[in-house]
Amino acid sequence: MSSKYRPNTIDAAEITPKDLYLSRRNFIRSTGLLAGSMVLGACVPAIENENSPATLTPMGPSGLTDEFGDPANTLYEITHYNNYYEFTTDKDGVAGLAKDFQTSPWSVEVSGFVAKPGSYTVEDLVSKFKPEERIYRLRCVEAWSMVIPWIGFPISRLLEEVGPTSEAKFVRFETVMRPDEMPGLSDYSYPWPYQEGLRMDEAMNDLAIFATGLYGGTLPAQNGGGIRVVVPWKYGFKSIKAINKIEFIADRPETMWNTIAPKEYGFYSNVNPNVDHPRWSQATERRIGETGRRKTLMFNGYEEEVADLYEGMDLTVSY
Amino acid sequence: MKGIAPIVFRVLVHLGGIIPLLYLLARYQTNSLGPNPILELEHQTGKIALFFLVLSLACTPARNVTGWKEFIRRRKALGLYGALYAFIHVLIFISLDYGFDFNLILGEVISRSFIIVGTIAVAILIVLTITSNKISVSILGSGWKKLHRLVYILSPLVILHFAMVTKGNILKLQGNYTLPLIYAGIVVLLLVMRIPTISRAIRKEKKNPGSMPAE
Repeated sequence: MSSKYRPNTIDAAEITPKDLYLSRRNFIRSTGLLAGSMVLGACVPAIENENSPATLTPMGPSGLTDEFGDPANTLYEITHYNNYYEFTTDKDGVAGLAKDFQTSPWSVEVSGFVAKPGSYTVEDLVSKFKPEERIYRLRCVEAWSMVIPWIGFPISRLLEEVGPTSEAKFVRFETVMRPDEMPGLSDYSYPWPYQEGLRMDEAMNDLAIFATGLYGGTLPAQNGGGIRVVVPWKYGFKSIKAINKIEFIADRPETMWNTIAPKEYGFYSNVNPNVDHPRWSQATERRIGETGRRKTLMFNGYEEEVADLYEGMDLTVSY
Repeated sequence: MKGIAPIVFRVLVHLGGIIPLLYLLARYQTNSLGPNPILELEHQTGKIALFFLVLSLACTPARNVTGWKEFIRRRKALGLYGALYAFIHVLIFISLDYGFDFNLILGEVISRSFIIVGTIAVAILIVLTITSNKISVSILGSGWKKLHRLVYILSPLVILHFAMVTKGNILKLQGNYTLPLIYAGIVVLLLVMRIPTISRAIRKEKKNPGSMPAE
């Protein structure tokens, strides 16, 4: 696979081991540094570790870039601007509400048309599949974007492990429901749980990953920890957070936003500057941290890697 | 109704008009507008503009109910503060948000329905602002009052713009529509209070408190 989209691929050994994180988190907690922002504390891996991929402060630049040379967003931006309606519809409010959300231990139930169904722990998946850094653009359907250095492994690796059968045409993901920890779930106007899905060939594309961390650290709760999907050529809402169920099915699944407003959010929801949202243009986007606008790129700049998945499809119809 | 009350009211109106602007500037200067400061500025200035617009609309009914004339005397200032925040809102959209790229802005105005609504509202607001001085009143004569009735169109447009930009589905009450709906309710109430017969009834009530309606 082309290394175009991951110029800063790092050795798994360089990713800070989890026990080091936890001890550092305790260190931060005990010394009162970053008091009141434990989530932030938990995802500042590089504060005093010379081996980490980048020495960064939450507010400052990391030196990481995407393949176009655009800098990664700061850890602060990534962890304080989140669409996560299970907590709140207020993007600035998720970090605070998610700070006590337990992301570890975490397990995922695999079911449906699959040879090896069962429960898989994230800890086992991480040790088996050796997550790597993937610096991806994330383009929200609301016309803003970020560059995020995820840590993750291809969805295809898990698929090879669990062996979907030939009846499996789609894979469906579901977000965990914990009303006690997720206050947004009390808004019954939404069809919880959050569900998303991919066609099998989309899920097999090497760009599609399960993320278990970011910026060399664990995956903060507000970013979808314990484990989430990242499909960078699609609008952000396709990249479902905090999944606890993976199901292999024959028919196209009911997905959250497509169910709520089918005319506004298609099943595919590939980033496409030429197909506008009914209420706003998708031709441009604001990169968080910048003034002005950027032109939105077809498939969010991953056309080369994914365009063949949609050959022969009319993307204005299958939006 | 003489004494200190009119002065206090006047000072409150102007402090209320200026303090939010200073507060936003301070937050901008200290980088404390959150990860998306431009959008935050757009949201805040928009909400403040609507707040003052509604306050200015409330002046006439408030005078009719209380009989206190100071409401009418401060109506213009309240309306102009609304216009000030609305123009800052638009300026941020043009400058910080779209970097003075007028091709891009034109494309957005055409393609985004909530921006079309906002643009019409701003056009009305420009006309009302330009004609808000005494000279315009004397030149336009009775036409001035008719012209400024455009505020009845302006306020629903602004609330529509607010509701359209809010995430969710208003028909299913999905998403946070509390504030647009509260404003819509207030504006409907204020406009109903201006319907001549209703407005006359309110004033009559005030002149002869406790009197029974005429047979």
